[in-house]
Amino acid sequence: MRPLTPRRVAWVCAGLCALLFAAVVISLRVGAYPISVRDIVMTLVNRAIGHRDQIPADFWNIVYEIRLPRILLGVLVGASLSTAGAGFQALLRNPLADPYVLGVSSGAALGAIISLIAAPHTAGAIQLAAFAGAAGTTAAVYFLGRRGGQLDSATLLLAGIVAASFLSAIIMFLMTTLSGRDLRGMAFWLMGDLTSQPSINPTWLFLLLIIGVGSIYLTSSDLNLILTGEQEARHLGVNVHRVKLVVYVAASMLTGLAVSVSGAIGYVGLLVPHVMRMLFGTDYRLLIPTSALGGAILIVLADTLARTIVAPTELPVGAMTALAGAPVFIYLMRRRMR
Amino acid sequence: MSTLVGGGAALAAQAVAVPKAPAVRLKVEQASYAYAATDRSAPKFTLGPASFEAKQQEIVAILGPNASGKSTLLTLLAGLNKPLSGRVEVDGTEVSLLDLRTRAQRIALVQQESELLFPLRVWEYVLQGRYPYGRRLRFESEEDCLLAGNALAQVGADALRDRWMDQLSGGEKQRVILARALAQQPSLLLLDEPTQHLDIGGKVELLRRLRRLADEHRHTVLVVTHELNLAAEFADRIVLLHKGKCLRVGMPAEVYEPALLEEVFEAPLEVEMRASGRPRVILRGSR
Repeated sequence: MRPLTPRRVAWVCAGLCALLFAAVVISLRVGAYPISVRDIVMTLVNRAIGHRDQIPADFWNIVYEIRLPRILLGVLVGASLSTAGAGFQALLRNPLADPYVLGVSSGAALGAIISLIAAPHTAGAIQLAAFAGAAGTTAAVYFLGRRGGQLDSATLLLAGIVAASFLSAIIMFLMTTLSGRDLRGMAFWLMGDLTSQPSINPTWLFLLLIIGVGSIYLTSSDLNLILTGEQEARHLGVNVHRVKLVVYVAASMLTGLAVSVSGAIGYVGLLVPHVMRMLFGTDYRLLIPTSALGGAILIVLADTLARTIVAPTELPVGAMTALAGAPVFIYLMRRRMR
Repeated sequence: MSTLVGGGAALAAQAVAVPKAPAVRLKVEQASYAYAATDRSAPKFTLGPASFEAKQQEIVAILGPNASGKSTLLTLLAGLNKPLSGRVEVDGTEVSLLDLRTRAQRIALVQQESELLFPLRVWEYVLQGRYPYGRRLRFESEEDCLLAGNALAQVGADALRDRWMDQLSGGEKQRVILARALAQQPSLLLLDEPTQHLDIGGKVELLRRLRRLADEHRHTVLVVTHELNLAAEFADRIVLLHKGKCLRVGMPAEVYEPALLEEVFEAPLEVEMRASGRPRVILRGSR
C-alpha cells in the first residue's frame, strides 16, 4: 500500500515545472530571429534582478514584446483546457469528455463572438460572455445527455456533437454579418490561435486560472470517489451536489477563459489528462496539477511548432493539437490505460 | 451509613455479575416513504409504516419478493432518504439529522459496485473507506493504511491488495467492497443483496463472515436478500415486507409460517423446523 503523499505531488509538479521552463526556453529561442539559450537566460535573469538597462533592445523586443506574451498565453490556455477536461471527465463520469468534444468550447466561442459584435470595446466582456456561453452549453448538454434520469455516456457525447454543430451553425450565421477583414481574422481565431493579445490585463486572466484550477483541486479527493460512483460517494460522505456545482462552474469558467483569448483549441482537455493518468495514476490530487502543467507544456510546444514548421506562414495552434492529438489519442486508447 | 455503602457495593457487584444486554443500535419507528414521478403526481410506490429494532452483534435480514420495498427501506436506514413519517435512529440519533461525514462514520452501505471509470487497485479502493475521517484534500495517514489493511484481513482479502479491481472474480470483488465498508469503521453495516452474483459456496462464506463480524467486532448487520434459507440460518431477526407493507418482524421461527410465506412469495412452500430451532423452507412437492 503506497498512498499518495504531498511530497510525491510536490516532486512530480517540480519535475513538470522544470519541463515547462525548458519548453518556454525552447519556444523563446526558436523563430525568425534566433537567440542563443545563453542570451535568453541572461535576458530573463537581468530582468528578474532589475538590470533592464543591460538587455539589448533587440532581445528585449523579441523576448518580452513578441515571444513571451504569446508563450504565457499558451500556458494560460493549455492549463485551463486540460484542467477543464479533467474536471468534465469526473463531472460527467465520462472518459471522453472534453470542452471541445462536448461543444462547450463552441458555446464559449459563440458567447465571445456575440460580445465582439455587441460590445467590442468593453474590457472583460468577451471573457464574461465566453464563460456564460460555456456554462450554458454545459448545462444544456448535461440535461440532453440524460436518459431515464441517468447520465448516459453515448447520449451525452451525441448531445455534445449536436450542440457543437448547432452552435457552429449560429456562429457561421453571425459571421456572415461581418466585414471581409474581420471574417478572416475570426475564422482563423475559431481554429485556435494565440497571435492576438487579450484586451484585458493578463494578470487578471492568470488570477482566474488559479481560482479555477484551485477550486477543482480542492474537490479532488471528492472527485476520486465520484469517479467510483455518485451513489457510493454519497454513502462515503461526499456532498456530491456541492462538488458537482463547484466543478461545473470552475470547468466552464476555465473553458470560457481559454476560448476568450485563443479560440477553440481542440483535444487538449482530452489528451493531456489521459497521458497524465497513464504516467502518474488516476488520483485527482495528482492529476489536476499535472494536467494543468502538462497542458501548458503541450500548448507552448504546439504553438512553437505552429509558428515555425512552415515559416514564415503560421498555422493555427488548434490545427497542430488536432493533428497531434487525434492519432495519439487513438493509439493510447488502443494500448489500454495502464 | 455503612449499611448503605455496603448495599451500594453489593448492587455494584450484582451489576458486574449480570451480563449487560446488547444495546439497541438501530431503532425504526413507524418509518414510511413514498416515491412519485413529480412533486404533484400521485405516489408510484408507498412504503407503509415499518417498526423494528436491531441490537449490537445482531444480523437482521430484510426479506420480501421483488417490489416489496426492501431497497426503499434500506435507503431510509442509510439516511439517503428522509422518512415521510416516523423516525430512524442509530445509537440514539436520528439518521437524517447526521451530517454526511458523521453518517458515513456510523453507517456503511454495501451495494453492487458501479462500473469503474478508470482502473483502480484493490488497496486504493479500500482506502476510500477512510474518506469520512479526513480533512479537505485528505492524504491518507499511516493509521488509514493500517485500518484499510485490517479491513482487508477481516474479509480474507489480504492477498488481493495489489490486484486491479476489474480483474477480480465476483466473490473476490464482493469481499473487497465489504472491506471498504469495514474501513469506514461503522457500527451499522447495511448490505443490499450481497449474495446476488455469488455461487452457493460464496453465499455461505459471505454470511459466515458477516456472522463473525457481528460476533467479534460488534457490528450490527442488516442484509436485504432473497435467500430464505440462508436468512433463516444466519439471521437473528427477520423483517418481512410485502407490497410496501411491513408484515412481520421477529425471529426466523416466528416469521416463517407456511401460509404467510406462500401468500408473500406466491409459491407453494413448506417450512420444517430443524433441531437447531431454525426453520428451513422447501418447495412443496419437491421431495
